[in-house]
Amino acid sequence: MAITTDLIREKLIAEIGAVHVDVEDTSPNRCAASFKVLVVSPQFEGKPLLQRHRMVNTCLAEELKEIHAFEQKTLTPEQWEKQKAQ
Amino acid sequence: MNTLIRTTARCFRGGAVLFNKPQVDRHLPCASARLLCSADIQKNLAEMVKKDKVVVFIKGTPAQPMCGFSNAVVQILRMHGVDDYASYNVLDDQDIRQGVKTFSNWPTIPQVFFNGEFVGGCDILLQMHQSGDLVDELNKLGIRSALLDAEQESK
Repeated sequence: MAITTDLIREKLIAEIGAVHVDVEDTSPNRCAASFKVLVVSPQFEGKPLLQRHRMVNTCLAEELKEIHAFEQKTLTPEQWEKQKAQ
Repeated sequence: MNTLIRTTARCFRGGAVLFNKPQVDRHLPCASARLLCSADIQKNLAEMVKKDKVVVFIKGTPAQPMCGFSNAVVQILRMHGVDDYASYNVLDDQDIRQGVKTFSNWPTIPQVFFNGEFVGGCDILLQMHQSGDLVDELNKLGIRSALLDAEQESK
């Protein structure tokens, strides 16, 4: 299955209870499949950055084998609201 | 050993004097490393990340990063005045490039290690820098961030 922004979004919602996902396909800027994601999930609560990123990596383990470059930002719903307010 | 001395000498000969580049471009094991099995590579990596307080695996070198994310790591460390760190160019060795991903169970380069412990990639380092956590983590390593001095000057 081709890796699409929709696939990534659906997986993140299904597997780590993401309440908000922004997926940007940054491949045109680079020479290979690249994505930038913003994931907001209550499951990130109380978890340090590395653990959050590992959760996302595990969720997208299959896709990451094909993806060349991957940027991610992980926020709890509270952090997300705060960021939006700025 | 000779190759290490040659590499270091090369650093001092060229632009290093201009850039005052104390950080070490560690020379990766040469082609014979390809004959090493993956268990040996994992063992090598375990030693490499413990050898220095701050260790990064990037594409390119601190003087010449070959990727935007690797460059971000280099720039952030530079901003904090961290110039005494070990940097390994994964483009020089495909075994290390793949091996370090297995070692830290992390799919991408760059990779940053503090005191032998995996910290994260460019995103995490950037967020730590923005939140102020990086100053604290460097402090735990006994490294005083240059940003603290900059802060004091502006007060």
